[in-house]
Amino acid sequence: MNKLIVSPAPHLYKGESVSRIMWMVVASLIPAGVAGIFIFGPSALSVIITAVISALAAELILQVATKRKITVFDGSAVITGLLLAYNLPAHVPLWLPVIGSFFSIAIGKQVFGGLGQNIFNPALVGRVFLMASWPKYMTVFTQPLNYDAIAQATPLAALKEGKIIEHITYLDLFLGKRGGCIGEVCILALLIGAGFLLIRGYISWQIPFTYIITTGVFTYIFAGKGLFAGDWLFHILSGGLILGAFFMATDYVTSPLTTKGQIVFGIGCGLLTAIIRLWGGYPEGVSYAILMMNAATPIIDRFTKNRVYGSR
Amino acid sequence: MKKLLSEFFKGIIKENPTFVLALGLCPTLAVSVSVINGIGMGVAATFVLLGSNMIIALIKNFIPARIRIPCYIVVIATFVTIAELAMKAYSPILDRALGIYVPLIVVNCIVLGRAEAYACKNSLVNSFMDGLGMGVGFTLALILISGIREFLGAGTILGHTVVKGFEPVFVMGMPSGALLLIGLLLGFFNLAKRRN
Repeated sequence: MNKLIVSPAPHLYKGESVSRIMWMVVASLIPAGVAGIFIFGPSALSVIITAVISALAAELILQVATKRKITVFDGSAVITGLLLAYNLPAHVPLWLPVIGSFFSIAIGKQVFGGLGQNIFNPALVGRVFLMASWPKYMTVFTQPLNYDAIAQATPLAALKEGKIIEHITYLDLFLGKRGGCIGEVCILALLIGAGFLLIRGYISWQIPFTYIITTGVFTYIFAGKGLFAGDWLFHILSGGLILGAFFMATDYVTSPLTTKGQIVFGIGCGLLTAIIRLWGGYPEGVSYAILMMNAATPIIDRFTKNRVYGSR
Repeated sequence: MKKLLSEFFKGIIKENPTFVLALGLCPTLAVSVSVINGIGMGVAATFVLLGSNMIIALIKNFIPARIRIPCYIVVIATFVTIAELAMKAYSPILDRALGIYVPLIVVNCIVLGRAEAYACKNSLVNSFMDGLGMGVGFTLALILISGIREFLGAGTILGHTVVKGFEPVFVMGMPSGALLLIGLLLGFFNLAKRRN
């Protein structure tokens, strides 16, 4: 008779926790980082390590200073540092990721009260701050597979300036043989990580798929010479779209809760990204699009609440 | 005398117009790019505050309650015009740097706020001290904000280079940087207030 245990729900426990999920996301980001280091050389590795260590240090310092619970090892600061580094060019001076990580953690996260309270994706807050503060470092990209730091524009920047993009095939874009940020170039590696997250159910399909499809459809309609003649595959494979759609737009804290809301969020991100790329001042709009939709998330949540069964 | 001094000092910290009352943020955000602009704006606003507070304290009994705001605006606009013309005559460079924000002191919430909340209920001397304290508080807040912004955004203080090889934080020279900074400073002021 002792086998009858009376307890409140939930009765089935999967063993997941916030920090476990965070570490899984970290693991899923590793292939893209390895690819980035292979493509851009050891300086990419030092940028990644610097960003992660300074993100951890910032979290520790701020939590000690504000006398909060120390949660440095829950993985979220590592993700912030990693994502920030993945959004930087490989040959930036190393104080840039340090300042970026501190800004991400301090202004992007701890100011709001720590993990779960922030309204914007911390890594993107850091990136946008660096972009607005030191554009001369943030917009110089280097040639792939050539570790001598020879400058080369990203395909999107070349497109914006009306230059012809030479010798770049879809396969190059897919494998990451192009100028760009450390973690965004190798689509293959990003998809491996994203597939892992999707299969394990850590992220849902709604945001990334609606995001990518919306950007694709919009650029197909408007990016070409006439209507319906755009190079949509180029727009999907270039820039930070895949990295942003799978790893940054899906951040639990800053994206809507319901399926319906997530679809609205994804479509909004896609539209904004395409609009910024085609008609905006910057060649790339993923980070701004996601941040703007982050700001809209509370409203989306309010209007897409699930109806409680039996209520009106 | 003690009362007068407390009227003066409350504007500097306890009721600082920028950090505690959060009034007049629009010119604060716009002109605090460099210390010299901040001082110019602060002095102009202090002059207007003093003048309008004194005049309104004098004529408060003659203003019909229902049209008091238009009356205040007329008084304030007179002093703003004086300040603007004086600035145009004696410091054209500063005038160009501050631009539209000098005429806009007319609708500066601090000036109107002190007229409505203080000068229309208090004596001439008290209103003078209140206006002076608020003006000095506003100027000090502007110097603090513009000092940080000029140092971070351009690497200089009052136009002099401070640290060699410093890479300016470009965003601090833009309104977004000012918003960020004022938010943080407001937070620190609230923290200090809560500790006390």
